[in-house]
Amino acid sequence: MTARTLAVTSGKGGVGKTFITANLACALAARGQKVLVLDADLGLANLDVVLNLHPKLTLHDVFTEKCTLEQAIVPAPGGFFVLLAGSGMVEYSRLTPEVRENLLRIIEQVKPRYDWVLIDTGAGISDVVLYSVSLAQDVLVVATPEPTSLTDAYATIKVLAMQQERRQVGLVLNQASRTGEGRGICTQLGNVLARFVSARPGGQNFRLELWGEVAADATVRQAVLKRQLLMEQFPGCEAAQGLKALAGKLLA
Amino acid sequence: MTPATAPLLPALRELKLDDALALLEQAGALLPDAEPYSVRWLQGIIDALADLSARDPMTGLVNRRSFEMALEREIDRVARAGDVALLLLLDIDHFKRVNDSHGHAAGDGVIKAVAEAIQQAVRPMDTVARTGGEEFAVVLPNCPSSFGPTVAERIRANVAALSIAVSPGVILGVTVSLGGAYAPQWVRSSPLLWMERADRQLYRAKAEGRNRACFEPQVESLVSADEKSLLFAQPMDEDSP
Repeated sequence: MTARTLAVTSGKGGVGKTFITANLACALAARGQKVLVLDADLGLANLDVVLNLHPKLTLHDVFTEKCTLEQAIVPAPGGFFVLLAGSGMVEYSRLTPEVRENLLRIIEQVKPRYDWVLIDTGAGISDVVLYSVSLAQDVLVVATPEPTSLTDAYATIKVLAMQQERRQVGLVLNQASRTGEGRGICTQLGNVLARFVSARPGGQNFRLELWGEVAADATVRQAVLKRQLLMEQFPGCEAAQGLKALAGKLLA
Repeated sequence: MTPATAPLLPALRELKLDDALALLEQAGALLPDAEPYSVRWLQGIIDALADLSARDPMTGLVNRRSFEMALEREIDRVARAGDVALLLLLDIDHFKRVNDSHGHAAGDGVIKAVAEAIQQAVRPMDTVARTGGEEFAVVLPNCPSSFGPTVAERIRANVAALSIAVSPGVILGVTVSLGGAYAPQWVRSSPLLWMERADRQLYRAKAEGRNRACFEPQVESLVSADEKSLLFAQPMDEDSP
C-alpha cells in the first residue's frame, strides 16, 4: 500500500484549516481508511489544541533525532493517527536543507503504512508551506467567503499553478452561509485564474475544482470550544454532512 | 476576595518599604492616595514600581526590558492573526562626537530631544523605546508596508529639524539612521531574530551614509489590483435566481 497524500493549505490563517483537516481525517477513518495527519504547521501548530492532545514527542524531536518516527506518531480521537509538530519551533519560514530533507524523509517513511497522509501546512505562502504542499499529490485549499480569505486563497492557488505547475487544486469553502455558495465562489476564483493564470506559460490546463462546502454551523463553535471533533460530537449536523461529502468526494 | 486577604493585613506592616519609597520619591512618582499599608496603598506602590522598572529614567520612554515584552506580544499577533507589524531600530549619527566635544550633559540633552522627536512622529499605539545609549526602537503594530518608509522618513525629518540648545549659545543639530524590518506573517519568530533583521538594515543605513532609512526588501503582493477587481467584480451569488 502507498498512501494518497493530500496537503491542506489556506493562504490566510484562521479560516479553519486545522479544523477541516482533523475532521476530514475522522470522516475518512469512518470510511475504513487508515489515516495519518502530519502537522506541518511548524512553530504554530495547534492540531494538538484542536484534538486536546498533550504530546510528549513531536516532529521536532524526530527532526533532532531525540526519538523515532514510530514513537512520535500517536492515535488521535476519531480513529486516525497524528504526528504533531509542537509549538516550540521558531522561524521555520526559511527552508533550510535540513527542514527539506527531514520533511521529505518522514513523508516517504510513512507513505507505505497508511491509505491517506494529510499534511496540515502552515498559513501564508512561505517557503516551508510551499515545500510541504509540494510533497503531496493533491492539494486542498481551505477558504471562507470573506474577501481577505478569498484573496489569499487566490494567491496560494496561483503560486501552486505557476510555480508547482499543478494541473488541479481542490477547494473547500468553510463557513458557507448558504448551500451553493461554494459553487459561486469556485466559479469566481476560476474566472480570475482563467484570465491571469491559464493564459500564461506554465498555467495552461489548470483547473480549480470544488471538493466541498462546510456550512457555518453553531455546532462547529461548540465542538471547537470543547476541543472535540465535530464528526464525533455532532455527526448529524449540517457541517458534518459537508465534511462527510468531502471525504466521499476524495474516495470517489 | 477582600475577606480572604483581610487576615494578612497586620503582617503587611512588617514589610520594609524604605528603599521602595525612596526610589519612588526620587523618581517623582505620585504615591497612592490611600491609607498607608492598606492593600490599595500597597497595590499603588507596586504599580508605581512596575511602571518605574518599565521606563528609561532619562527619556521616560519604555526601556529595553518592557520593549522586548512588547515585541513578544506583537510576534504572537503576527504569527496567529497575520497582522503586519514593523520594527524600526534607530541610532543617533556620530553621537560620540556630541559627548566628546560638548560633554555628557549635552549628550543627555540630545538624547531627550531625539526621544521626543521620535515619539511625536508616531501613532499613540506605537511603542517607542530607548534600548541603549543612543539607540532607540519603535514597534508599529498594524503597519501596512506602504506606511513603513513614510513613518521612517517622518522620524528622520523630525530629528533632522531639531535645534537643540545644549548650553547657553550652543545649539546642536543631529541626524538618525534607521533600519526597518517587518515580522514574517503567519510565522513563529522571536524578538531576537526580528531585532537582528532590523539591525542589519540599520547597519546598511549607516554604511550608505547615515541620516536615512533602509528597509528589508519585502515580497510584494502576489495579487495585482486587476486580479482583485475581477475577483470581487460581481456579488458571489450568481447561482441565486
